[in-house]
Amino acid sequence: MSLDEFFVTGDPLILASQIAIGLTMVGLIALITYLKRWKWLWNEWFTTVDHKKIGIMYILAGVLMFFRGGVDGLLMKAQTSRPGLDLLDAQHYDEIFTTHGVIMILFMAMPLLIGIMNVVIPLQIGARDVAFPKLNAFSFWIFFAGAMLFNLSFVIGGSPDAGWTSYFPLAGKEFTPGVGNNYYAISLQIAGIGTLATGINFVVTIIKMRAPGMSWMKLPIFVWTTFITSIIIVAAFPILTIALLYMTLDRLFGTHFFTVAAGGDPMLWLNLFWLWGHPEVYIVVLPAFGMFSEVIATFARKNLYGYKSMVYAVAGIAFLSMLVWVHHFYTMGNSAAVNSIFSLTTMMIAIPTGVKIFNWLFTLRKGRIEFSTSMLWALAFIPCFTIGGVTGVMLAMAAADYQYHNTMFLVAHFHYVLIPGVVFAVFAGLYYWWPKMFGFKLNEKIGKWHFWLFVIGFNMTFMPMFFVGLDGMSRRMYTYAESTGWGAWLGFSAVGSLVMAAGFAALCYNIYWSFRYASRNVGNDPWNARSLEWATASPAPHYNFAVVPEVENLDDFWYKKKKGTLGLKKSDLKPVHMPSNSWTPIVLAGAFGLVGFFLVFEWIPLAIIAAVGIVVGLVANTFDYDDGYHIPVDELEEEEREWRGDLQ
Amino acid sequence: MTSHTTTPLEYKTEQSQMNILGFWVFLGAEIVLFSTLFASYFVLEHNTAGGPAGQDIFILKDVLIETFILLTSSFTSGLAIHSMRNHDKKGVLIWMIITLLLGAGFLYMEINEFIHYVHEGATIQTSGFTAAFFTLLGTHGAHVTFGIIWISLLLVQLVRRGITEKTSSKLFISSLYWHFLDVVWIFIFTFVYLKGMVM
Ligand code: HEM
Ligand SMILES: [Cu+2]
Repeated sequence: MSLDEFFVTGDPLILASQIAIGLTMVGLIALITYLKRWKWLWNEWFTTVDHKKIGIMYILAGVLMFFRGGVDGLLMKAQTSRPGLDLLDAQHYDEIFTTHGVIMILFMAMPLLIGIMNVVIPLQIGARDVAFPKLNAFSFWIFFAGAMLFNLSFVIGGSPDAGWTSYFPLAGKEFTPGVGNNYYAISLQIAGIGTLATGINFVVTIIKMRAPGMSWMKLPIFVWTTFITSIIIVAAFPILTIALLYMTLDRLFGTHFFTVAAGGDPMLWLNLFWLWGHPEVYIVVLPAFGMFSEVIATFARKNLYGYKSMVYAVAGIAFLSMLVWVHHFYTMGNSAAVNSIFSLTTMMIAIPTGVKIFNWLFTLRKGRIEFSTSMLWALAFIPCFTIGGVTGVMLAMAAADYQYHNTMFLVAHFHYVLIPGVVFAVFAGLYYWWPKMFGFKLNEKIGKWHFWLFVIGFNMTFMPMFFVGLDGMSRRMYTYAESTGWGAWLGFSAVGSLVMAAGFAALCYNIYWSFRYASRNVGNDPWNARSLEWATASPAPHYNFAVVPEVENLDDFWYKKKKGTLGLKKSDLKPVHMPSNSWTPIVLAGAFGLVGFFLVFEWIPLAIIAAVGIVVGLVANTFDYDDGYHIPVDELEEEEREWRGDLQ
Repeated sequence: MTSHTTTPLEYKTEQSQMNILGFWVFLGAEIVLFSTLFASYFVLEHNTAGGPAGQDIFILKDVLIETFILLTSSFTSGLAIHSMRNHDKKGVLIWMIITLLLGAGFLYMEINEFIHYVHEGATIQTSGFTAAFFTLLGTHGAHVTFGIIWISLLLVQLVRRGITEKTSSKLFISSLYWHFLDVVWIFIFTFVYLKGMVM
């Protein structure tokens, strides 16, 4: 292979990115070396097993990926902003909508949500960490290795270009011979391992590590949604693992799972992909529901209306999410009976979802609503998400879907679900839990700029897509003729995406501003909130709780606050057991990344050599008998005194 | 035997209870994984594209021996856990080594079986059927290989440290894994080989 096959060349955009990436890398390395921060990075971050730090790293990665995916989105919008433009050619457009979809769902939504779960869940259940802290670090690093490998495709070898759904036979070697779709198969596989491990970790954490007295019906709702999400992860991700394995075998080793020749079956890919893919949509949206519930209850100063029905609704949605996958290919020759059944199951999801919407509305009713930035996101979510839901029911009707299928109407629908459902939630969650992570609030005024720009921009971008979609503009269409008359709609939509981008920029500015200037004096409970994570200092100390709290009620912290029984007795302090840092997760993930890279280029001998690194890491891991360490009482006392004033 | 009659040693610490529960959840994921492999196999089973089909190549005798070996190894790994609960380190070692040898024997036979198929003209690239068949079997075989290496490493730890709360929970988990592979094999035996030979 010659060098110019290896590096992507010939496109000024990509050349500029290559130079930019190179310079950024050199600059970062130089900066860290200059500041003598390597040791600190290694000890405090790269080898950490602290769930809060891991969560922060997830969030950081997610925000970076949001930037990347967002730029992809803007490029697409620019390309279609006027009829007949050729900013991007067809191939480039294909690559961009593919990387956009994959990055947004798997490398933006997932890490941001898992990051917030990581920070919040152990605190909400009164635990010291997750059940398997080292596995948790591994989950992050392997996710990160997968994400980086996927991003590498842009400059080395070429991006995947068969859509985020990568349907066969298009995604097979015959029609897309480059390495792009190898990247897809292998980097998703690597990142998927991390997600599965996270799912297992949270299932066990929530079953086993709840504070004494916290029975199932006293769990904060975000813990419930995380628990159910984790179960869906465990049930759905192995399907993706196998689908991607088949894809890899087909592409790298010439097997015939999904080919048209030699007895392969492209429909098998569709079934496996959506058997995972539809639940995946709920994996990203359920935790978001949980976050909104917390935020709404806190800022309406009321307990969540219909708590139990909320729990059942989430469980019902999770169950139904496994039974609807065929609605993604109504038009591909199923019998009328099959289509009807899946049409019904799909529409049934609207029932528990409706229950949830009404519960939120009833929680708001007669509440003393405080319009904080996180509350604004939650409030905006309700109508926007409802638009997404209603158009979803329209799409669910099999017969009608012959009209909507793969049009811009669909694209508008799922953005109306995913952006309010995931992105608004993550924003609400970031504003809400920011003090718990860093000890200061994000600026509310800049926050409101962020909010209004983003929400208005979002509606401007996607509302027109409903109309051009109904008018017949198909999905993934890179250009169109003047005579279609879509120019005005799509131009407006492109302007909207710039407004949305300005909203994102306001968030970045907010983070910068708040790091520099925000007051560090926010106390442990800046929002007057209800659940346990606010019972400890902000930012939370590395041991979370000096004494494991005892729980009597749902919203226990709220009741104890009212009764004034929150103090800490000095005599209750005991040494706290903590896990030690470990280098194996990051090294192991690095080895996985390297093996993945060699596999992408089908350099099998090199891949085998690199795989030795994985084996060494695993062996080192099984011989690791490090039992952690204890924090002595006087250290706890000192840290607690610092934020509580005096102890009893 | 006074205090440890109530809870078995492997469940003594909170962390090992969590490890065992975590492993059960992991096995749940493994069940989904193998179900997916089976389901795809059923979809592609008859897509032989002019290549050999199951009844052309399967040899019942060899498969029966493989089955017998693997079932026995599941039994001996059970005996190893029994010895572990009796704090009989030597017993654990002996039974586990027998388990591993049986596992290796199984693998040896399976590899021979694969070589035989390739000679018959059924490679993984031949058809939809062979792709699904070799991948299902290969995934199971890879699990067995992994298990042999993993349990060997655990035995080294057992020799060094004796039967402790930690080594016992690790061994217990590995035996769950081993039994699971056996269960999967029973499904393979029934729904791949037997079904393939009659249908
Ligand atoms: C930042 C603002 C965003 C913009 C401007 C944007 C724009 C677009 C456009 C124009 C398409 C259609 C491409 C085409 O079919 O021609 C698209 C596809 C898609 N978007 Fe977005 N999007 C944004 C955010 C998101 C988010 C937050 C998610 C998910 C959480 C997402 C997920 C997807 C997916 C899955 C596809 C389908 C890709 C494919 O067809 O393979 N997008 N986006
Ligand atoms: Cu779906």
